[in-house]
This record gives sequence, structure tokens and C-alpha cells, in this order.
Amino acid sequence: MKIFMIPPNSLILYDLVERFGHQPLSLMGELREHVVRPEVESPPLNLSQDDIMKGLKYAGIEVPSGVRGRLAIWGPMVDQAEAAIIMHDMPYTFGCVGCHRTNLMLTYMVRRKKIPTLEVHYPHDDEEAKVMVTKIKAFLEGLK
Amino acid sequence: MTIKIAQLSCGTEYSGVQSEIEHAATTVGGKMVYPDVAFDDINRSVEEFGFEPASPQLRLMIARAKALADGHYDADAVFIASCFRCAEGALVRNEIRRYIQEHTKLPVVTYSFTERLKAAQLLTRMEALVTIVEKKELLARERQVGLTAGIDSGSSTTKAMILRDNEIIGKYWMPTGPVLETGIEVLEKALTEAGVKQSELEGIGVTGYGRFLIGKKLGAKLVQEELTVNSKGAVWLADRQKGEATIIDIGGMDNKAITVRDGIPDNFTMGGICAGASGRFLEMVSKRLKVDIENLGGLADKGNWHKVNMNSYCSVFGIQDLVTSLAAGNTIEDVAAAACHSVAEQVYEQQLQEIDVRQPVIQVGGTSLISGLVHAVGEMVGSTPIIPANSQFIGAAGAALLASGFLEGL
Repeated sequence: MKIFMIPPNSLILYDLVERFGHQPLSLMGELREHVVRPEVESPPLNLSQDDIMKGLKYAGIEVPSGVRGRLAIWGPMVDQAEAAIIMHDMPYTFGCVGCHRTNLMLTYMVRRKKIPTLEVHYPHDDEEAKVMVTKIKAFLEGLK
Repeated sequence: MTIKIAQLSCGTEYSGVQSEIEHAATTVGGKMVYPDVAFDDINRSVEEFGFEPASPQLRLMIARAKALADGHYDADAVFIASCFRCAEGALVRNEIRRYIQEHTKLPVVTYSFTERLKAAQLLTRMEALVTIVEKKELLARERQVGLTAGIDSGSSTTKAMILRDNEIIGKYWMPTGPVLETGIEVLEKALTEAGVKQSELEGIGVTGYGRFLIGKKLGAKLVQEELTVNSKGAVWLADRQKGEATIIDIGGMDNKAITVRDGIPDNFTMGGICAGASGRFLEMVSKRLKVDIENLGGLADKGNWHKVNMNSYCSVFGIQDLVTSLAAGNTIEDVAAAACHSVAEQVYEQQLQEIDVRQPVIQVGGTSLISGLVHAVGEMVGSTPIIPANSQFIGAAGAALLASGFLEGL
């Protein structure tokens, strides 16, 4: 199944999703498409001005352009998602250095989609980490 | 010499404007740089700064600002930007701006962007940043020497001024038509008034929107954006070259609010989101009231803006409000006062809140001749603005003054 992750560029979640036999919807992959696309003149640029218009599907014109731009990339990934894992309280090295408003919106979009979703908290010690990985493993295996 | 402009921003790469920012910097001889910070420094910086935004990128902005303030990263100027409409971003942007100004001597420009970045305005800001760094010595000059001319090719009017040994000997202005032809004509008329020939000029300086075209044609020694040139012209004309001041220039197409210290700009904002906040709106009002723009200020002085109900800042709907008000029996004096008040209020809302207004306030540009607008601005800033003689010629005066710097080899 296609699994969406929050934060969308978490390498740890990516690895777990892939390891347990699913397809991670990866921000890295999506951005790669943007930065190596021939018409983008000077990579690495995440978006061109025209891309932001696509974000209108997910947030109105009154929303800051940085949020709409992010949603232009992440929105279609949520559309494709068949299940999701949401991580809360993570330090920003775990995910992307980004916009908190966009992160709030993404969480809401996933919840509203009513797909199988696992919500976990960032672990603070080895024991919590084991519990988290076990939960993720059970969730992913249960999707098969 | 490449000027290193430190970028402290949130959202630029996802708004599709990063390439425009870098292009604007490159065009004026600058280079955007991004202060390095260690991960461990981020939380510590945020804690010391005291403002804890939720967005990680804003936290990174704060850490980068601190790296600059602590001297851990070397840059010549600072560009602070965040998304237009983001409250958290606007708060952090403003506080970082204050922090940088309190802790460094670096010139700063702030910008809130949408995905449709106004490239020309951004270019002017970047050019001003680079000028302040690169030509500080030139900007510090207080006297004009030799025989020089300055031309200010603005969006509404084109002005020329001839200076000889720190004295004004000729000047002329006319509405801007074809940029090049108008520039040459005003120069010729100013030269006639001065009684000198163009061939006798030792230097020409050009500023304003048409600066590149006119500057190239006339072989100008100085082709410079209007933010630095106007502020120099303003303090020279107002004889306020020492100490602090705020310069407010409400133009035909955009407005500038500039703070200066010893005649050198250290912060500025450049508006121009809509025509309702500019001199253009007052022109429209004059036409509707069937009075000359020169008489609008006098009328406004006699009116009471409180009597007119203006529900819109938009130039179209604002005029509609004024028309409705006239139809309801209000006097043209009251309507003129309301129009002036509306423009002043918008300058306050769009610009003056972004800078620390320092006294005295020097109001310049063609609109400074509209007494009703000066009165309205005075009410806004809490003191009567200084209107120097020839205040509409600041750009031309500043250009002629700065161009003379090249005669002394600066």
C-alpha cells in the first residue's frame, strides 16, 4: 500500500515503511522530480511560481504562498495515500525544517481522509523507541 | 567586490520566489548567503532570543540572526523575508529586524512576499542594500562640488536640477511622458534656467524608474536607485545632514519611508501595493472634484475628514465613497481632507509600522506640496513634518550631489 508519513521526509519512517513491505510516499522523491526537471533552470529549487497555483486545490488564496507551495507538493501525496503514519513531538532534525501551519494542515488532511492511520509520539529513550517501532510494525503488517 | 547579503527567510523556496531573490541580488552585484548554524545552536538561540515560534524554519531564522549578531558569520547586509499573510512569520520578521539593527551595523531590508514577487521593487531594495555597503563614503558626502546635474525619472513626473558649488542654479520638472525624451527635455530646460550648456557639466546623476535608459543615453556618472539618492537629497535640502531623521516620500506610484543616520539610510520600506496609498489617488480625487492638484491641499486644510465616511482604501472604491459623500451633501473641502487622511493612514498601515519612526520627519516628493496631506501625515507621526524648499526635487538634488562625488575621485 501507499503510505503517507508525517513528517513527510522522515528517513526513519521511510525505512520502516519500506522494510515492512509497503511503498512510502516520499517527499524526497517528489522534490527530486522538481529539481531535476529539465525546465527548472537552476536546481535545487523546490518550486517555480506556477507550481504554487496547484496548491489552491488544498488551501485558499488567502493562505500564505509558502504554505500553498508546500501543499502543492504534499497534497497530491495525501490524495494517493492509502494509509498514513503521523509522528508527533519530533525534533526538527527528524523531519523537515518547515512551516508549522503546513504541518497542522497535513495532519488534518490525513485525519479527514479517514484512511487507516497510526499516530505515535517521538520516543525519548530506547524503551520508547522499541515500543514505537513495534507499533509501526504491527500497523504496517495489519494493512496487508 | 561581491556584497554578501545574508538571507534570513521562511517560505521562499516553497513560494517559488527564491530564484527571483537570487537573481535580483546578482543583478546588483550581491550574493545571497545563508549563515551556518549548528543544530545544537538553534534551540539555545531561540531561548536566548525569547520568542519561540512553532515553525521550525522561523526558529532557524532566529538562530541565523544570532549567528550574525554574535559575529560567528560574516555578511555585509541582511535580507529578511517571510510569506505575506503569515502572522507568525510577520512577527518573527519584525523582531529579527529590530534585533539585527540593535546588535549589528548591517543594513537591513525586510520583505513579505507572495508567489508573484514584484521583481522591480525587490531589485530597488537590493540595489539600495548594496549601495549602502559599497558606497558608504560617497553617501557620506555633505557638499556638492563643481557643476553637476541630477535627473529623477519618476513614474509620474521627471525632475532635473543643476547644482554649482553646493548652490541650486537651475531646476525644471514636467509630467513623465516618453521616458528618454522627457528626461532630456527637463535637463535642457533646467540648463537654460541655470544659464549653462550641457557640455559644461562635469557630471550627471540619474535616479528613478527611468534611470537606466536616461543614464545610458547621457553617459551619467551615477545611475542609482531612488532610496539612497532621495534620502541624500532630502537631508541636504532640509539641512539635516547630521543625526537621525525619517524621510517620507509619497510618490506617484509607490511610497518610501527611510530612516537615516548622518544622511546614510539604515532602514527603509518601499510600498506600492495599490494606487489608493499614493499620489495617484489624490490626482484622481482632484479630477473628480474638478480642482487643480495644487489646490487640493488648501481645500483639505479647511475640511473635516471625520464627516466623510470612507469604507475602502482601494482607489476605485475610495473614489466611490467620496462621490457618495458629495452626493450626500458634504463639501469638497471635507472630501479633500478625507482623501488626504486616507492616503496618510495607508502609509502608516503599510509602511510606518515596519520602521522605527525617528524625529524629525522630513516629508518630500511632489505630494509634500499638498498641505492637507502634510497635515494628515503630521497627525499620524505626532509632529509637523519638515518640508524642505524644493522638496519635490529631492531625487534630482541627491543625484546631482552624489554625482559630484566622482569629481573628487570617491
